[in-house]
Amino acid sequence: MSTLHTVNKSPFERAALISALGHVRPGDALLMIEDAVVGARKRTAFAAVVEAAAKICALFVLAPDLAARGMAEKDLIEGIKTVDYGGFVDLAAKHRRVQSWL
Amino acid sequence: MKFGIVVNEGPYTHQASDSALQFARAALAKGHEIVRVFFYNDGVNNGTRLTVPPQDDRNLQKSWSELAAKHGLDLVVCIAAAQRRGVLDAGEAKRHGKDADNIAPGFRISGLGQLVEAAILADRMVTFGD
Amino acid sequence: MAEVEAPKLPSGVRKKLMFVNRKAPHGTIYALEALEVVLISAAFEQEVCLAFLDDGVFQLVKGQNTQAIGTKNFAPTYRALGDYEITRLYVERESLAERGLATADLMPIVHEDPDDADEEKPSIQVVGRAEMATLMAEQDVLLSF
Repeated sequence: MSTLHTVNKSPFERAALISALGHVRPGDALLMIEDAVVGARKRTAFAAVVEAAAKICALFVLAPDLAARGMAEKDLIEGIKTVDYGGFVDLAAKHRRVQSWL
Repeated sequence: MKFGIVVNEGPYTHQASDSALQFARAALAKGHEIVRVFFYNDGVNNGTRLTVPPQDDRNLQKSWSELAAKHGLDLVVCIAAAQRRGVLDAGEAKRHGKDADNIAPGFRISGLGQLVEAAILADRMVTFGD
Repeated sequence: MAEVEAPKLPSGVRKKLMFVNRKAPHGTIYALEALEVVLISAAFEQEVCLAFLDDGVFQLVKGQNTQAIGTKNFAPTYRALGDYEITRLYVERESLAERGLATADLMPIVHEDPDDADEEKPSIQVVGRAEMATLMAEQDVLLSF
């Protein structure tokens, strides 16, 4: 009965990522899309919170959004996986519900 | 699996419509069904045929219209949100005494109940917004 | 308010629908347009509830007066939700505290006690973050605007 959480804003602009990470449950997945890919970077001011959440649920980042912003897998916090749009669809299908943290 | 998609922002200012379009294409490519794409809030602005983006940019309205034609998608623009923002079909234009309509091919204007109905009919609802 | 078309659904379908409100009112239209969907959803006989967290808690603060900014004050509509049989408004305790708010700062929102028409019950339930997460995980559909 798990949930796919999606977040689309940088944690530097909105509280959505931190709020979503505060509500994830074991077995859930959280996918960072659009400007939220910023939250997947190593060594940001929010990295410790994201790293702690990675111990609770699976974290993903949308690769096309990462590439668009000049980032690559080497820039990501360890353990965060990349998916393409097809992978986004698979995650949405796999989990019981999708919660978009707008 | 049946997906319902909600688009809450208009084209170009936000990435929401682009993300929703890419998600819809990927879902269809994987053989999933899309029961409805519902355009709400400023998302109704995706449904005007009067946009003229530069030649070297993507045309979001055209992309949605073409995807709808190819896959028989139901693209619904919320009537209350559309009236606020000036997106009208011929019937609405006439009813409100306006001199033009602008709804794009493949889009239809209907009530908010269509959103709730999609949420009930779909196995998954995915929302794209601000 | 928009007209409601007759629901065309297989009979007996009853889903748990949660409307998640995370944005403050008035600065953007999201709170108002979320409320419009909530009212329409009442016609579909589903299990509807609302969640208020982060800046969404400001939607329920009492004494909102939009007269001088010239926008529509839709705050009183929350108090009418009980008439639509929408009786569960979950407010996150941590979100209130982080913003210097207490339950006493919220509008009194009540609904008729189904067991006693002369009695009213509070619709607002203040819940902790972990309980809010549990409630979200019990839903079939979560809608955010």
